[in-house]
Formats: sequence, structure tokens, C-alpha cells
Amino acid sequence: MTALLEVTGLTKAYPGVVANSDVSFSIERGEVHALLGENGAGKSTLVKMVYGLVRPDSGRMALSGSGYAPSSPQHARRAGIAMVFQHFSLFDALDVAENVALGMENAPSKNVLSSRIRDVSERYGLPLKPDRLIRDLSAGERQRVEIVRCLLQDPKLLIMDEPTSVLTPQEVGILFKTLAKLQSEGTSILYISHKLEEIRRICDEATILRLGKVVGTADPKSTSARDLAAMMVGEQLKVPTAQDPSFGPVALELRGVSATPPGAIGPALKSISLRVRKGEILGVGGVAGNGQDELLGVLSGEIRSAPESVRLNGASIGKLDPVARRRLGLLTAPEERLGHAAAPNMSLTENAALSGWLRQGMVRRSLIDWRKAKAFAESVIATFDVRTPGTETAARSLSGGNLQKFVVGREILQNPEVLVVNQPTWGVDASAAAAIRQALLNLAAAGAAVLVISQDLDELMEISTSFAALNEGRLTDVRPTRDLDIDEIGLMMGGAHGLDVTNV
Amino acid sequence: MDFGSINPVLLIASLMVASTPIVLAAIGELVVERSGVLNLGVEGMMIVGAVTGFIATIETGSPTIGFAAGAFGATLLSLVFAFLTLVFLSNQVATGLGLTLFGLGISALMGQSYAQLRTPTSPRWEFFGLNELPVIGPILFHQHPLVYLSLGLVAAVWWFLRNTRRGMILRAVGENHDAAHALGYSVLATRFAAIAFGGACAGLGGAFLSLVIVPQWTDGMTAGRGWIALAIVVFASWRAGRVLLGAYLFGGISVLQLNLQAAGFAIPVELLSMSPYLITILVLVIISSRRGRGAGHAPAALGRSFHASG
Amino acid sequence: MIRLEKRASPSSLWAYLTPVIAVLATMVAGGALFSLLGTDPIVAIKTIFWDPVFGEFAFYYRGQLLVKAGPLILIAIGLALGFKAGIWNIGAEGQYIIGAICGAAVALAFYPMEARWMVFPLMILAGATGGLLWAMIPGILRTQFNTNEILVSLLLVYVAEQILAWMALGPLRNPEGAGFPGSRNLRQYESAANVELIEGSGMHWGVVAAFIAVIFAYILLSRHLTGFHIRLTGESPRAARFAGVNPNRLILFCLGVSGGLAGLAGLFEVAGPSGQISIDFNVGYGFTAIIVAFLGRLHPIGILLAGLLMALTYIGGEAAQASLGLPAAAIQAFQGMLLFFLLGLDVLTNYRLRFGREAVA
Repeated sequence: MTALLEVTGLTKAYPGVVANSDVSFSIERGEVHALLGENGAGKSTLVKMVYGLVRPDSGRMALSGSGYAPSSPQHARRAGIAMVFQHFSLFDALDVAENVALGMENAPSKNVLSSRIRDVSERYGLPLKPDRLIRDLSAGERQRVEIVRCLLQDPKLLIMDEPTSVLTPQEVGILFKTLAKLQSEGTSILYISHKLEEIRRICDEATILRLGKVVGTADPKSTSARDLAAMMVGEQLKVPTAQDPSFGPVALELRGVSATPPGAIGPALKSISLRVRKGEILGVGGVAGNGQDELLGVLSGEIRSAPESVRLNGASIGKLDPVARRRLGLLTAPEERLGHAAAPNMSLTENAALSGWLRQGMVRRSLIDWRKAKAFAESVIATFDVRTPGTETAARSLSGGNLQKFVVGREILQNPEVLVVNQPTWGVDASAAAAIRQALLNLAAAGAAVLVISQDLDELMEISTSFAALNEGRLTDVRPTRDLDIDEIGLMMGGAHGLDVTNV
Repeated sequence: MDFGSINPVLLIASLMVASTPIVLAAIGELVVERSGVLNLGVEGMMIVGAVTGFIATIETGSPTIGFAAGAFGATLLSLVFAFLTLVFLSNQVATGLGLTLFGLGISALMGQSYAQLRTPTSPRWEFFGLNELPVIGPILFHQHPLVYLSLGLVAAVWWFLRNTRRGMILRAVGENHDAAHALGYSVLATRFAAIAFGGACAGLGGAFLSLVIVPQWTDGMTAGRGWIALAIVVFASWRAGRVLLGAYLFGGISVLQLNLQAAGFAIPVELLSMSPYLITILVLVIISSRRGRGAGHAPAALGRSFHASG
Repeated sequence: MIRLEKRASPSSLWAYLTPVIAVLATMVAGGALFSLLGTDPIVAIKTIFWDPVFGEFAFYYRGQLLVKAGPLILIAIGLALGFKAGIWNIGAEGQYIIGAICGAAVALAFYPMEARWMVFPLMILAGATGGLLWAMIPGILRTQFNTNEILVSLLLVYVAEQILAWMALGPLRNPEGAGFPGSRNLRQYESAANVELIEGSGMHWGVVAAFIAVIFAYILLSRHLTGFHIRLTGESPRAARFAGVNPNRLILFCLGVSGGLAGLAGLFEVAGPSGQISIDFNVGYGFTAIIVAFLGRLHPIGILLAGLLMALTYIGGEAAQASLGLPAAAIQAFQGMLLFFLLGLDVLTNYRLRFGREAVA
């Protein structure tokens, strides 16, 4: 019997990068096939070629034995291939039924479609109301819309790009049940991830990509996570080492902060209280969109609150702007690198001045000394091994990982008394992530208070001394990290608040 | 004060006429903005429509050809905007401004030798004597065909956006162009079509101005109506029905102030003349402050350039 | 198939080249337009671009160059600050009118007192303040109610024009003018006249102000923290807020400066080249300055050159009108075309053209 999808020698080059080079693999009917690789390994480009969004430079594909060269996503959908995107392809102002209809080739009338959505969503355990607007849905519900949209077309192959990155552990469990049901019905699934445990749990076969090339295949159920990681990364990882923590007095304190940020759709913060001591790393977990950006905004000074509600070394700073907070030693690094932490079209020198001009003494009588800014940018580049042609390069031309090292490094090198980072290693390759984590550990060891907001639980377990989770704008109680296991964390993330957890 | 000299029936009938250019331009711009494009060149497209419509009518003697020419001329101009913003990814605000400046210049140039002429009038419709009815006769059954067309267009746009697949795709493109692209819809083709439709509507509105309302050609005769149309799209929160309401509100004020001027009230003429603009500003302020964060129902991708990167 | 490919960093070469190519392309397209109008394109281009500077009557035109460039540069410098920050004041024409009215009103209030040391500075103050306050209307509406400043600033131009008509016919009308509309001629009132500083050069106080504005804007944008914040806000509003920029304060600053400079330009015009408040006092400098700002790539030095070039098209246009019978509106269309070419070519700064098969279906 021929394979469902057979990919042979696919190559796709962009100027300066070869995204995929001579990639071959095949998927059987009813198989869950993993595409495993680090960020930038070429997974996304590969599936975009399968889905007709990008045309390969060379190589060929065959679907059920006959030639397959999709010219557009419509073409791919007609051939029985559906895709759930990592960054959802949904429209906030449209309702569920309209969003589903947009992803279908021959959408029926709205009434018929609505009842089919209800049917399918119930059959696969993914409840959805067809007339709700997307902007009112949680991340998990949005993903359901994407999946239901695919299922309505009875796909032969379902492509899922990093589907669990926005889900709580409990939601992940539901998703895996749905996938198992699909598999039992004969649907093949191409599952893209860099999370090894997931792949070992649900996949039958894994193709591992590194730098655009296939570096191996494996049966994930019989291969250890360690071996898979070694194939994926291609080198032995340096695991960050934490020194024995010793805590000083409380440096940062939030007391009942509530915030309704202007222009935000996501939940406002609801009465957040926390303390971070000198030398402590507090990890704040939670699924994306539960108030992480707002929490950072409240701390950075982009969102103001009552003076008493934010305290730094005992001083009330709730009403201070970001510059005044930097003067007092509270520094922050937002999640979004381009367009928040850094201005995309500005040079690294200018981006070094963006948050560094005050503490690095670049400004005298309101005039900026650009030589000092350049020198500071150079020291960030040297200290954090940022790969760039020079300081005058535009921020947007750096790779995600290198820019991340730059913006986190920019804050660390300013000797903060308190540092707040959101998603410090998001989209960064493993060795750079290890370097950033080590830098955070060193900072805490040197006596700074550090607050790390992250959706990567492994990261928080690795570096944080205490843990709390954000859920719909509320923060759970803070607990010492070493006392927690993954189930408890799942409960904390899933919305069982404070007292409930301690009562379990 | 004595309003006796102002006839309310004629006032309503004439406000519908006075509002029609703005209804047309605004409903066109609404479609453009729902597709995620901000075209600030409405004023320029309207005036080019006014001059090409006028010239074509003089040269052919047919107002119908004139209206078609007005729509066509403005569509051509809107395609310049479409090329610059969609293909060459130029800034939409700057390009829209350029369109207005260019339109004002080129229309003055084209209309130069037509300034003193008058066109043949195009007849109003009369519905089998229904126009003889008191009150509703002059208002509902004795209007220029384009007045009915403008009402029909508003209804058609409302229906198109709400009930058709293409309308849904257009809204999707205006909401999130990257996602629409990922699903395989052509962002460029959708926006090209929307911009061309907006151009045709603005041109038709301009031609109505130079062929029916005034009816002659003078430089800069649109007098800010294109900008008013843009303001009315904001006022309407990007909903077709409310465009009609906003345009008629503005038309009512314009007609009323003209009537007051004619009636010789002791209000400075200049104050009356500026009142439509002042009231438009006032309405904008009320709408934007009531919505709190202003974004309200604005299409999420409004004004952002789209470039498909592999 | 031609397609665009994003450059890693904006190309500085193309940033300089595009305005030059845009001017050349406009000459070609404008020439085609002129030949459609029945004028020899070569002669027309030469009349517009060459003769005013190097031709027979250049001694007259050269002076006019600064007279026309002064207000354009002054207004464009202010606009460019806002445009750089993504704040779109397109109502400079209105601020220009109000500045002129306020300045002229001060002068006329003192007429015929002979105290230039006091009257002229007071006029300058009134002109700048008038323009600034007029620009504060969209500014405050934007910061307080989030009302779109593009529409408000533009709609206020029509309001300003009505105020101008009222002033010319009413309060500021020349009592000795035999009932004709328009104010006294300020050039004939020594304490208020904005005189030519060097005979035949066209250099008046407004031109001096324009040069000072260029220098200040240059320092502001390249070295000053506020200038850095303006650029940052335009590049990325969210990054600017992260850096600590107060967006409302920046909006008011940019609108205030651009309004004040436009008001100044109006004052210097009414006290000098124009001489009086009249119904048709404004000639569209406030709109042409938008083109100047873009043509100068929102850079002070670029604006200086662009202002001179645009002044040249005005003067050359007048010359072509006189000698070739080219209609006045042709120049307006010509200027609009220039902006189109510039905006279209601008893509080359950030993108590279590739010829070949399309990458994306």
C-alpha cells in the first residue's frame, strides 16, 4: 500500500538562507507523524509547502501515490489536507461560523453550517457556540475553532503547528483525546513541535530537522527524550547551574493591583499581590493571554496604578513612568521583541539607547551622546554573544534569538535591582536559551530580585525558586517551586485559585 | 425667530439631494476601509469625478455618459492609489493625501476651458403622478435617479457585507490580512476591487455635484465633501446603514444653513457657512469619546500595508 | 514577474536616490502632460526649472525663490516632526491663516503707532500663538477624546477660511479702503512691515525664521532626547511607551510646534509679500508643504532643498503661464505627480526588486 503523503527532495531557499534542503519523508494512513526541530530548523516552511502557501524550488510530493503540487491552500484543501496554524488564522470581529466558513471550500448556508459545527464539536469533545465572536473566546477555544474548521472537511491529513503552546496541561489532555479519535478513524496527522514529551506520548514516527535538513528519523515511543534532544540540537547542552539561593529583604511588592489597560481585549489584572525578595527568582506561569502583558505593563510603568500598589524597596512607585522606575533600578524586558522591546527599523545603537540612556549616562542636558550609546550596544553584543554585522544594523534584521539576547542583555547589563522579563527565551535556540537562563541565575545570585513570566513550564521549573500562575487576570498563591509537581501546576494554571489548591 | 419662510417639505427633499454626493462617497469609502485600506484621497477622487463627468456631458450632451465618465475617471485615479499602496507598499496616509492634492490640481487643469458652461439638466423621475401627492410626493417620488441609486447602493453594500461570501472575505481581509492570506485568499485582489469600487462611488458623487446640484464646473467645488465623507464613515462605526444617517444629518445642516442665509437671519453668513464643518467635528468628538478607546469597530488591519513574506 | 523582497536594513543609498529619481520621473511625466496640452515639453521644463535661476530674468526670479521657499520650509519643518511621529497634521493651511489673522490684528490694533521695537515682536508672538492654538484644537481633541486628528485638522481649514472671509469683510477691513474688502496694507505701516533684508534677495524675516527652524529641527532630531522619542514613536508606538514616552505630551508638542511654525509663516507672509488680509490671502502653502516634507524625506536638510525646488516650480509655473500660456493648475498637478513618484519609489529603500518566479502562490 502506498503512503498517504510522500515527500521527496524538497528544497526551498530564501536569499541568504536555505530553509529546506533535500527534505524527504512519508506519512502512512492513520499515522501521527512528528516533525521535530528547534525554532528556525525549517519546520514551518516545510509545512507551508505541503499546504500550498509556498512553492518549493525543487523536489516533489505525492498524495496517495499520484503527483501533488499544490498551487494554493484552496488546492491543498480540495486534496484533503487541512492545517491548524500556530498563530491562529482567525478573524476577531467575525463569529465562529463565519471563521469556519472562510476555511472551507464549499461552505453551506449559515444555518446548516452552524448545526454541523455543533455536531462535529460535540462528537470530538470540543464544545463551541457558532454565533460567538472570536474576540470573546479564550486561546483554547480559538484553537477549537481552527480544529473544527479542519474537521468539517473530513481531511485525510491534518497538519498541526505547535498546537499545545497555548494550552493548559488539562486542555492538552483533551486535545490528545481528539487526536487519538481522529487517528482511529484513519486520519493522518502531521504534528509539529519541539516539545519532546508530547511527541513521545502521541506520535508513531518522527522526522527530525536541523538547519533545514533531515538529520534522522526515530520511533519516538522507543527513543529517549535525551536522544531525541541530541539529534535535534546536535550538541551537548549546558544545563544552567543554580547556586544555593539566599534571600534578602523584599525588593518588589505588588498589593492588590487591578488594571484595565486601554485598548486591551484580554483580561485586565484582578487584584494581584506578590512579593519578590532580593536573590529570589519568582516564576509566573500561565497560558498566553491571561494577563502576562498587563502584568509586565504594570511593573514597567506603561500602565499606571495607585501609588501604594507597586512598591520598590519600600517606596511607592505605582504612579511613576518607566523612566522614573528605571532610575530607581526597576528594569523590564517585554515579550514582543520587535515593536515593543525594540524598534524594528532602528539600529542596535538606537535600540540600546531606547531603555539604556538613563542608567548608562548617555544623555547630558537632554542631548544624546551617540558614542556612549554605541559603546553600550557593543558591550551588550560582546557579553551576550549577539550575532550581528555591527551596531548600526537594524534590529529587524537580527534573527529572533539574537535579538532576544540583545534586549534581555540590554537590561541585565544595566545592573537592575529588580528585573522583570516576559518570555525571556521565546523562539530562541537551545544554547542561547541556556545562556539567557544562566544570566538570570547569575543576576539573582548577585542579589537582584528577578520576576520571570513564561509559558515554558520547564524553564520556570529549571530557574525559579518560587512559582505562581496567572489565570484570567488572577494570580495564584506563590509556592516554592521544589514542592510542586506537574499536576499541581496544571491545576494552578487551569484556574483553581489559591485556597482551592492548598485544600486539594 | 421666524422659520415661516422655510418649507420643511422642500427642506427634506433638497437635503436628500444635497446629501447624495456624500452618501455615495462615504459608502464607497466604507467598503475600502472594511477591506483594511484607508484612502484619504476621497476629496481628490470626487473632484476628478466632478470634472470628468462635467466634460463628458458637455462633449456628448448626455448626462448618463457624464455620470459613467465621472465614475470612470475617479476609478482610474483610485487605481493609482491602489498601485502605490498595494504593490509599492507606500504609506496609505501620505498617498491618500497625495491623491487629494493631485486630484485638485489635475481637475483644475482639465476643467479650465469648461468653467463658464452649463450642462443640459437630467430629468427627475416622476412615478405616475405619485409625485403630486402632498408632503411625501416631493420627498419620495420626485427625485433624481441617482438619489435612488445612492439609496440602493447603501442597501446593496449592507447586504453584500452581511450575506455574501465575497463580503465575508472582504471583512476577513480587513480584519487580519495575514490570516486571510494563510487561508489562501488574495489580499491584493480583494483590496484592488474595494479601492476601485470606492473610486467609482466617489466619482459618481462628484459628478452628481457638478451635473445636478450646482450644476457647473468651478475649481475646488467639492469644498471638503470628501473629507466629510471620511468623517461620516467614522461616525457610522463602519456600518452601512449609519452612513445614510450621517450623510443626511450633514446634508440637513448644509441645506438648513443655506435656507437661513437666504432667509436673512441675523447670524453672520460666515458662521453659517462654517457650521457644517464645526458640527462634523463635534459629531466626531462625541463618537470617539463615547467609544472610549476610539478603535471601536474599526477594521483591525486598517491602514497597515500587507506584504506576503514566504 | 517582478516581486519585492524586504531588505535586512533600510538602504541609505536609495534613501538619497529616490527623491532625485522622483524629480526626474516627474519631469518626464510632466513633459508628457504638457505636450498633451499642446506645449513643447522641452521648452516647458526648461522654462520651469532652468530659466528662473539661470535665464534672462533670473535676477528677478531668484529673489522670488526665497520668498516662496520661506513659508514652505517653515511649515514643512513643523509638519515633518509630526509625520515622523505618526501624527498627521494636515491642516497647516488653517493654522497659517489664523497666524496671519492674529499677527495682522495686533499690527492693526497699534496702527499708526511708531514703535517697531514693540509692534513687530508682538506680531510675531501673536502669529505663532494663533497658529499654535488653532493646532491645539485637534491636539486636545485627540488626547482628550481620541478624535482623529487628520480629519479635525483638515476640517478646521474650512472653518479658518470662513473666519478669514469674515475678518477681511468685517473687523479687519480697511476703514479708508472705500468699502473694498481687505485690511490695510501692512507693508505701508513701517512698524509692522516684514521688509526685505537684502535688496533683491527676497530674504525677509520669514526666510530667516525658516533657516533657524531647519537648524533647530536638525539638532532636535539627531541629538535631542525629544527628537529621538519622536522618531521612536513613529517607528513603533509601543516601543516608545516602553521607553517612557508620554504619547499625549508628544502629540501636543508636535501639533503645537507645527501649528506655531505655520502661524509664523502666515504672519510673515501677511506682513511682507502679501501685505494685507484679504479673502484669497492663502494660496495653498499649507498643502504644498506636505509635499515638501515628504520630498525632503522628513529630514530638515532635505526639506530645505525640497522647499527651494518646490518654490522653483511655483515661480517657473508663473513664468510658463506668462510666456507659454501654460495653465496655473498645471503646476499643482505637477506637484501632486511628484509626490506620487516619490511615494512609489520609496519602496526601494526598504525592499529590493527581484525579477523571477513568484515565491508565493
